[in-house]
Amino acid sequence: MFSLQNAIGTFVSDGDVVALEGFTHLIPFAAGHEIIRQRVKGLTLVRMTPDIIADQMVAAGCVDTMVFAFTGNSSVGSLYAVRRAIESNGTGGLKLEEYSHYGLLARYQAGAAGIPFMPVRSYAGSDLVGINPQLRKVASPYEEDVETYVVPALNPDVAIIHAQRADRHGNVQSWGILGPQQEVAFASKRTILLVEEIVDDDIIRSDPNRTLIPGFVVDAVVECKYGAHPSFAQGYYDRDNDFYRSWSAISKDPQRLQAWIQEWIHETGGHEGYLTKLGEDFFHRLTPTPHLSSPVNYGSVL
Amino acid sequence: MTSVIEKATAPASSPAYTVSELLAVVSCRYLQGKRRVFAGIGLPTLAVALAQKSTSPDIEQVYESGVCGAHPPKLPETIADASLATGAETILTMPVLFGYVLQGGWIDVGFLGAAQIDRFGSLNTSVIGPWDAPTVRLPGSGGAIEVMANSQEVFVVMRRHNTTSFVRELDFCTSPSPIAARRADPKVPTRGAGVTTVISELGVFTSDAEGELCLASIHEGVTVEQVREQTGWPVKVLDSVTVTPPPTEEELRLLRDDIDPGRVYLR
Repeated sequence: MFSLQNAIGTFVSDGDVVALEGFTHLIPFAAGHEIIRQRVKGLTLVRMTPDIIADQMVAAGCVDTMVFAFTGNSSVGSLYAVRRAIESNGTGGLKLEEYSHYGLLARYQAGAAGIPFMPVRSYAGSDLVGINPQLRKVASPYEEDVETYVVPALNPDVAIIHAQRADRHGNVQSWGILGPQQEVAFASKRTILLVEEIVDDDIIRSDPNRTLIPGFVVDAVVECKYGAHPSFAQGYYDRDNDFYRSWSAISKDPQRLQAWIQEWIHETGGHEGYLTKLGEDFFHRLTPTPHLSSPVNYGSVL
Repeated sequence: MTSVIEKATAPASSPAYTVSELLAVVSCRYLQGKRRVFAGIGLPTLAVALAQKSTSPDIEQVYESGVCGAHPPKLPETIADASLATGAETILTMPVLFGYVLQGGWIDVGFLGAAQIDRFGSLNTSVIGPWDAPTVRLPGSGGAIEVMANSQEVFVVMRRHNTTSFVRELDFCTSPSPIAARRADPKVPTRGAGVTTVISELGVFTSDAEGELCLASIHEGVTVEQVREQTGWPVKVLDSVTVTPPPTEEELRLLRDDIDPGRVYLR
């Protein structure tokens, strides 16, 4: 069990390869903000879908290289800090390593499984092969005249993920859209886990099939309520679509963006301060009506 | 941006409709007889919902987030909305979705969009200009390469039809057609027909036996000459080229009143 500040301070260092995962759902925003607050530099940010959190980290100067498959703000606008750091009329400076979704996911899978590479059915004829030397082609050892593209194993220094709940040992339960969290946790050298709530061992043990990641893979467990805001945590709070829609205007103006980072990240001092600034009643409108699953019967020895 | 369609005058007899409504309706009609569709949010979602309520009640939509058999109480704003997960038939993990469902060959039709498309249906969603110093950085592949390489066929919806989007040569080939893939890497197996159908604001292109996209229909108020002018390659026009039947009152009623009353996607 760690505080957020302590977990980031202990496990994230300048120059690390850091994977922040969560596919629209359960994006570890609070952890990204803490990385910005601690002014970590020179990171290689690995993320299948770099979105607003990536825009913020790039704007704050934390990221040198971005390893990704899709960078955008859903259908509601652009990530202007990321674009300024890439486009020819911008400030430049961001190095890119570009994949597709399955290419990057397969890198996590190979990393998690301890194998050197993973074959994928795509990439033949794509210009990605020309700009990413990691995408290579090998002959099938089993068939005549058949080749396949492969991607290399990826073992990030740190994986940072957010989930609904865990016990104090770090046994993680998650539901809804699962993203690549399990794969990246097993692939990474260290894993920081943020959860909405730490629950009693009995709750986790009442439904072992829901445990996505076993505690032995997790190095730090952080209780961080609302830590995925403005993304969502299924059953806890919905996506803050108003914030997503507002981001383009903030991100487009470099001065306004820096002011936002100062006001909402540095001056809040921590996630608690961020929640205080949002206000006590803020999450009322985002709290969903309960919709419970039916319990399953695991049975018990007579 | 004003579209060509909005400038054209529709015959007085047909109901007034927007480009979004037209694209959704036409996409829906081409889905007839298809079973399992991989589609993101926006117009493809409307097309599938319309198909479910009209011609193809059994059609299933698979989302990139892993959600299958979604029964959302309201239209989702993203492919990974909480409302898509609640009440869904399953939510697959990513290795299952990409590894088994897509690569395993379970998808009949994949829906894709693009900034640029070429004559044989290769797509650019990466950059305008050179990759290392682009004038515009686009989002990138996401799962598009996998959808193209693994679906039995691909439908592309292009809201804007002009010579910068329908191009002779892509600035960057993100997702190659199977023809382009086999040309580059003849020993890598391909699957499916690639892009068979392009639904644009001006008309519909369908692929011929060689995979070339040919003009199959023009929307009402559009001329073949207009399509030629707005397309960056010499357009092959099918002998059977027709005028796209406009949306019917019933199709528009379903879209407006049942499927998207909050106008999340209908604009």
